Amino acid sequence: MADAARATQVTGLDNAAPHLRVRDLAKYFDVSPPFITRALQGSGRSTLRAVDGIDFQIETGKTFSLVGESGCGKSTVARLVVGLYTPTKGQVEFDGVDIAGLTTRRAMEPVRRRMQMIFQDPYASLNPRWRVADIVAEPIRTHGLIDDNRAVLRRVGELLEQVRLSPQDGEKFPHEFSGGQRQRISIARALASNPEFLVCDEPTSALDVSVQAQILNLMKDLQRELGLTYLFISHDLAVVYHISDYVGVMYLGRLVEWAPAEEVFHNPQHPYTRMLLDAIPDLEMSGRPRQAVAGEVPSPIHPPSGCHFHPRCPLANDRCRAEVPKALPRTGGQVACHAVEENRLPARVQP
Amino acid sequence: MADIKNRPLLEVRDLRIEFPTRRGTLVAVDGVSFDIAEGEVLGVVGESGAGKSLTGASIIGLLEPPGRIASGQVILNGRRIDNLPYEEMRHVRGHDIGMVFQDPLTSLNPLYSVGRQLIETIQTHSDLSDQAARKRAIELLGEVGIPSPKVRIDQYPHQFSGGMRQRVVIALALCVNPRLIIADEPTTALDVSIQAQIITLLKRLCSEHGAAVMLITHDMGVIAETANRVAVMYAGRLAEIGPVDEVIKRAKHPYTDGLMGSIPKLSGATERLVQIEGSMPRLTEIPNGCAFNPRCPKVFARCMDERPDLTHVGRSEVACWLYDQQMERTGSDG
Repeated sequence: MADAARATQVTGLDNAAPHLRVRDLAKYFDVSPPFITRALQGSGRSTLRAVDGIDFQIETGKTFSLVGESGCGKSTVARLVVGLYTPTKGQVEFDGVDIAGLTTRRAMEPVRRRMQMIFQDPYASLNPRWRVADIVAEPIRTHGLIDDNRAVLRRVGELLEQVRLSPQDGEKFPHEFSGGQRQRISIARALASNPEFLVCDEPTSALDVSVQAQILNLMKDLQRELGLTYLFISHDLAVVYHISDYVGVMYLGRLVEWAPAEEVFHNPQHPYTRMLLDAIPDLEMSGRPRQAVAGEVPSPIHPPSGCHFHPRCPLANDRCRAEVPKALPRTGGQVACHAVEENRLPARVQP
Repeated sequence: MADIKNRPLLEVRDLRIEFPTRRGTLVAVDGVSFDIAEGEVLGVVGESGAGKSLTGASIIGLLEPPGRIASGQVILNGRRIDNLPYEEMRHVRGHDIGMVFQDPLTSLNPLYSVGRQLIETIQTHSDLSDQAARKRAIELLGEVGIPSPKVRIDQYPHQFSGGMRQRVVIALALCVNPRLIIADEPTTALDVSIQAQIITLLKRLCSEHGAAVMLITHDMGVIAETANRVAVMYAGRLAEIGPVDEVIKRAKHPYTDGLMGSIPKLSGATERLVQIEGSMPRLTEIPNGCAFNPRCPKVFARCMDERPDLTHVGRSEVACWLYDQQMERTGSDG
């Protein structure tokens, strides 16, 4: 508790109550071979620590993004937050109520209405046999928000207009729409239950850049109009920079650094954050030499000891190999790195 | 054939790819012409469905039926290759042109060890003995940056990570020292840090082997970093082609301009991204005149019924009536 209190003090977020607060959240998956195989080979159980104790908070009306390479656990966090997975340990506090402990469907329902999710693949997340109007109306009917069927359809029309589609599109089937339009339908469905909080898991990764721009602009407009709070998951750093107020960088199940977007992108502290930023292709062609990073993300089943990043880190020493770094305050956020703590961090050449 | 020296390595002339369907013929690639010089990297960008992969596949003769080259020519090193019989094309493929596909998982056979696939490819195109071919395969794996290639050669694709698999695929494409490599979205399936490694590798190998590369991607960042020239495709047509810095910094075609503006950037916060309204037309609904006209912010009457051809504007070539007009105007002024 003392740690959490210090964190709020340092980050100066205590004036605004966080909408969502995640404390020491973890999800382990059992990936052991079947019992017989284990018995024959004499091997033990093995666990995959997809998310391994992370803390962050999101203020009302802000966008918090999680970035990281594939397998770092960012999508697992999204699923834990909306309750699609039950956490192994830790809390997810939504408006001060711990929703990770809610196990019954009944108890979860009011939270489900206020918290919705947009998925990555708009080709897989819409039922191809349902008309668009039914897809969008489903949350309204499930939560019993409107009883009168005519009123439901009127509301669906409004929602479709809100995502810049026409109310007549409700009569069509998903296959009649392009990828970008389908993603708009997903957003309309997510908005149908009047949520306050949206979890967006790579909402634009399956889209072309010009369509991605449309969706990102739409999401920003909706946030302004409806006062939405976003948890945004993406691997694309430029997209994250564009849309976020706060950014958290994940590596192998741990949050290595989080801070306001400007801070993360223009004053990165953690060596992994710096590495990610250096690896982005340089569109402005400023002649900045792009740093190719050595090595790959290790297997999360057998992660390296100490700081998970040490095998790829240019600043690693014996302490990094042995001891897990604690989250320390940094400007506007936190960073978990021994090199930062010991002041061994070299100054970064600004691109 | 004294002029071979001055000829580009690859010439594509007025390429047209059609798909006959029950409801009529779809034109997927329409009148595309470009050159690639020896040792040059030509980037081809466009959104999904722009016809960039089909263009690549037709050059190497791997167009899937019912797709077919309806007209146009593909000339490699002064020799026409689009109408070669199957066996001859097989020789060109691999020997003169190598291909790197997008998905490193599906382009390797999971049932054969990596070494066997490499050795098979090497022996298909040369008469090296088993021993020599294996030695060459190990060399290649080392060259593409796979650690301890002597051990890795006998492993299977599933034992490699995504980035390492893509290195194997590149090694496969390089087996016989092709003069041209067609890389179709080689980094799209990879994480950004691995992507940087693969791009660096591709650039190094091309300069070492002197191979030309046709780099097909939707990622402008990769193009900016790798290519010498870039061709922008839209709805099966070339919108703009020119030196990479010219196209990226001074985009001429309204589509290229919109495309550049719609990419989120890391410098300078912009509240809203430039938005091109609508989406690329389906192949059945390509409008008359310029294919971009329904989405173009600068559209005028002529765009609706006349199709623009590529014309020289500065150091680039652009297919847009805006520039034709300007030329006429400057012409009459002068």
